[in-house]
Amino acid sequence: MSDIHKTIEAVWKIESTRLIAGIARVTRDIGIAEELAQEALVAALERWPEEGIPEKPAAWLMTAAKRRAIDTLRRGRMLEQKHGEITRELEYQQQRLGEAMDLALDQVIDDDVLRLIFTACHPVLAVEGRLALTLRVACGLTTGEIARAFLVPEKTLGQRIFRAKKMLSEAHIPFETPRGDELRRRVDSVLSVVYLIFNEGYTATAGEEWMRAELCDDALRLGRMLAELLPAESEVQGLLALMELQASRTAARRGTAGEAVLLPEQDRSLWDHAQIERGMAALRRAQKLGGGAGNYALQAAIAACHARANTAAETDWERIVLLYDALLQVRPSPIVALNRAVAVGMAQGPVAGLQALDALAGEPALANYHLLPSVRGDLLMKLGRYAEASEELQRSLAMTDNVRERELLSKKLQQAMVLADAHHGNDLDR
Amino acid sequence: MRFMMIVIPKGYETAAPDAVPSAEAVAKMMEYNKRLQKAGVLLALDGLLPPSTAARVSYKDGKVTVTDGPFAEAKEAIGGYWIIQVRSREGAIEWAKRVPASNDGIIEVRQIQEIGDFPEDVRKAAEGFEKLPNAAAAKA
Repeated sequence: MSDIHKTIEAVWKIESTRLIAGIARVTRDIGIAEELAQEALVAALERWPEEGIPEKPAAWLMTAAKRRAIDTLRRGRMLEQKHGEITRELEYQQQRLGEAMDLALDQVIDDDVLRLIFTACHPVLAVEGRLALTLRVACGLTTGEIARAFLVPEKTLGQRIFRAKKMLSEAHIPFETPRGDELRRRVDSVLSVVYLIFNEGYTATAGEEWMRAELCDDALRLGRMLAELLPAESEVQGLLALMELQASRTAARRGTAGEAVLLPEQDRSLWDHAQIERGMAALRRAQKLGGGAGNYALQAAIAACHARANTAAETDWERIVLLYDALLQVRPSPIVALNRAVAVGMAQGPVAGLQALDALAGEPALANYHLLPSVRGDLLMKLGRYAEASEELQRSLAMTDNVRERELLSKKLQQAMVLADAHHGNDLDR
Repeated sequence: MRFMMIVIPKGYETAAPDAVPSAEAVAKMMEYNKRLQKAGVLLALDGLLPPSTAARVSYKDGKVTVTDGPFAEAKEAIGGYWIIQVRSREGAIEWAKRVPASNDGIIEVRQIQEIGDFPEDVRKAAEGFEKLPNAAAAKA
């Protein structure tokens, strides 16, 4: 990409959210707003390389969008009236639309941006559509950037966005901020979209996947935006805290060969301590807002226990168990219960850990989940039951295709098998 | 990517110790700060007192000398900084272009080194970083 295109893309990332929110303020339809904004971007890509970046790029883009909007209005009306003449009424409408859009950029308020995000994360949309549309309208990512981040062809991603916009329009989703009980549900939807974006990036640990890792930063930016837009929502702060604390470990999560390094083995000097402090500050804000027992705040509090420990051995596992107990109250889930069993194993020893794990044995949601046998394998290893551990690790390997996870599991399995052989003579459990 | 945007105001190298910006300038700057915050890109920011209140500790041939400001040889001085997180160098430059800087001011845009980008031996040398004060503050 040429320098001017990179600059235009950078301008777009700064201005597009307010631009789309401003247009949607007039059109009340984010699909139309997003299309008009895109057409303005196309115009910029055509003209700015020759004319240079305008002094007020946002105003330039709004003017370009306005022209397209008036054109569209005229075309739509002409079609409607077939060969009828353009009436005074239409001229009047064009003028009104033009004036409204001229004012929109100056008038755009935080609520417009918030409405934009609420609409993009609307529960009526498929989850993948929510993610794509949010990255597009709230982060200013191009279709190409989103496609690369999600490892799908650009065309597929374009269709996803198209379908999402069509759905919003067909379902007559109003451009508004939800109120009352609906607000709670919609905030949850927004937060889950942000956290899904974060996790898309966070699970991509390998060096060649840095495109995806950038999604973590995008999610963090969204989280900080939301913290400004919804200052009274403790769970926004909780999610921000969780993401900051998890992202603070990024540099330590891969070894020099790109291999995954798990929490206990991480070089903690590589953790980003300024980021940890930001996470801790967000967690304190969540607690101050009375949301210490919220889903994200509790997960953040668990992450904070790890962040506070100078070494893996210093980790306050007793506290982590208590936090998981609380988390199970607000968000009962087999995965949380599994994580709790790991914490119990650390706090009270592998026997207690195995007991907690046994309680989950019949859980259908975990039937094909590779981490269940993997955790079991770890605990059995600690108890010196190497042959059983090998079996569990083998089961776990058969359940995952993730290259990095397979590497880790294979390494453990090899260890377990060597130890099983060495102990074969005196392994009384077999 | 993280960047530091460094403010170099014209004439700050000779500013009086009690020099303060005008209320108008501060109001404009706050509007900008708010914009950075609402865009989710702002990580940290600070303003610095003039160099006339500063001291320079210089090292030469194993000897340490302390000089009080202002520093006659200085041609420019830092007035403050922002740390922002953006997707590209161009993104940082675009934000710098939106600073309400007064006439003849300069904004220098510098990318922040990430420790994870260092080679193994340098990473090793950075061990013990968690004992540094900012980490201690994190645990407070």
